Amino acid sequence: MSTPASPAAITVQDLRIGFGDSVVQSGVSFTVAPRSIFAIMGGSGCGKSTLLRAMIGLLAPQAGSIVIGADNVWTAPASGRSAIRRRCGVLFQGGALWSSLTAAENIALPLRMLTALDEAAIAALVRVKLELVGLQDAADTMPAALSGGMRKRAALARALALEPEILFIDEPSAGLDPVSSRRLDDLILDVRDGFGTTIVMVSHELPSLLAICDDGIFLDGISKKPLAHGAPAGLLANCEDPQVHAFMHRERAATDQAGNGA
Amino acid sequence: MSATLQNSIESPAADAALPCGTTLVSTRRQGGALEISLLGDWRVADGALQPGLPATILASHAAALTFNSDALGRWDTALIAFVAALRTQAIAAGSTVDTAGLPKPALKLLDLCQAAVAITPTPRPGLVSRTGQAVLDAQHEAAEVTALVGNIALRAGAALRGRAMTQGGDVLRCMAEAGPSALIIVGIINVLVGAILAFVGAVQLRRFGADIYVASLVGIAMVREMAALMTAIIMAGRTGGAYAANLATMQGNEELDALRGFGIPLFDYLVLPRIVALTLMMPVLYLWGCAVGILGGFVVASLTLSLSAVSYFEEIRNSVSLSQFGIGLVKALAFGALIALLSCRVGLRAGRSAADVGKAATTGVVAGVIGVITLDAIVDLCANVLDI
Repeated sequence: MSTPASPAAITVQDLRIGFGDSVVQSGVSFTVAPRSIFAIMGGSGCGKSTLLRAMIGLLAPQAGSIVIGADNVWTAPASGRSAIRRRCGVLFQGGALWSSLTAAENIALPLRMLTALDEAAIAALVRVKLELVGLQDAADTMPAALSGGMRKRAALARALALEPEILFIDEPSAGLDPVSSRRLDDLILDVRDGFGTTIVMVSHELPSLLAICDDGIFLDGISKKPLAHGAPAGLLANCEDPQVHAFMHRERAATDQAGNGA
Repeated sequence: MSATLQNSIESPAADAALPCGTTLVSTRRQGGALEISLLGDWRVADGALQPGLPATILASHAAALTFNSDALGRWDTALIAFVAALRTQAIAAGSTVDTAGLPKPALKLLDLCQAAVAITPTPRPGLVSRTGQAVLDAQHEAAEVTALVGNIALRAGAALRGRAMTQGGDVLRCMAEAGPSALIIVGIINVLVGAILAFVGAVQLRRFGADIYVASLVGIAMVREMAALMTAIIMAGRTGGAYAANLATMQGNEELDALRGFGIPLFDYLVLPRIVALTLMMPVLYLWGCAVGILGGFVVASLTLSLSAVSYFEEIRNSVSLSQFGIGLVKALAFGALIALLSCRVGLRAGRSAADVGKAATTGVVAGVIGVITLDAIVDLCANVLDI
């Protein structure tokens, strides 16, 4: 898929997110370049997933703007917002496959509900999407009978159902063994290279962050502000901030850099 | 000889598969080789997905297929689906496919389409084996339910001696859910049942001048039969359905597996508190149902037959013996235990999907209502034989 010649796929400006009176993150600004893989990094509980929910359109930000392409997600009218959502695919942390539908039906449902394609075309699309993630033989399998890695890949196929311009991924490696995790990373790279999809992923898995991400933002749970911007590999090589350094080198704490660093 | 596909292939089937108004491919034949030129945008949203197109192209029986993507515009899965299907069908037909002329990103995606994880599909058994399996399942189920009843007796005994892993707090919480919060609906239904009995009785008995027997009719019917039965049916729908759905949801969330993993007996922790709570609450609800039912009957009797309060209640006191209450109480206890047992059993056996929770709730209620009415008939039969 080709993306329109816009300077940025996503622009986030001065975003403040939180629940009620409590603020989870504030002053979040970044841009995501088309066809890049953008990482939202940070320790557990720093607000990575909350930021992702705001970008998907599930949680209204307290202040600031999120612009996808040329459309502001949160100031658009309801009809415009659902049109924006259709340009985005989401891979949820647990897969979130609909448990009473087979893998193939899971992919077919958005196509049936949101497109005017006939059944033959939907069947052909579903077959190809399942082939892309290597699950063509699991088409008629219920999600409960799939392994964790297969469930994630089926969910990826579903997220790609509507040919999204942007793919949001929440914790791709969560609950997967290193090999399955690596396979999923490769698949994400192939999807980006093949379809030219822009990918935003939330993760705290260092190997996966370093392997596939081109750019990113590091959120801090204590100051509730972003600490650093840049590709994970760059942050690993020359990070000045002690928090980021600790995260990237798997140290116990920012102040505890004496002996047990990586 | 170069032409768009519409012109180059004459078979009628070919025309049917072609997009109306748009031309996605043109073909050029050189000996046994066929060069397929991809034209314009190949996007699902533009209607580029034509499942019949590969067959149309292969109808030319070319021995080798090549691609030319010089004129290809924007593309998505529609292109991948086309090439993947063409490749599969061409190889099956003995032709060779050279994908070198496709864009690089598309080649990467096509590679993915080839690498598959093999899963052996389980064949669907035939009618005979399914029938046989159903019979075996029913037999197994009967044995399991019998074992469960025996287990209840054993674990309840252990609980009485303080040895079961049942927590008092759980029992109290279940009692609060099953008892006090059901008072209103049990009250409304029983008032109405009492009033209906009085109304039906009044119409018939007035003809014989036997007005006063409306009181006996309402009293005996409520105490011996209706209060216990109506309350049990309400509780099967209200509490039984909730138990089944609750346990089925825990199954789906792997909460039951977590309990098993710790070695916490599901029966002690989940089933016993519910059975104890419902068995204890049912007699209380039954007495409440009797009281409001008789009151409902009195309202109708005093309005339609102008019976006085003294004569109505005095007649009830005379006609309803203590043994009638005994039967009613025994029924209430048995119904409570049965509803809790059946609905918990259904919940624990539920599948893991969201639809299974709904199925479990439905099955729990249906099993509870059928069980209650069957048990009611059995108790009535026994009481009749024993002449109580």
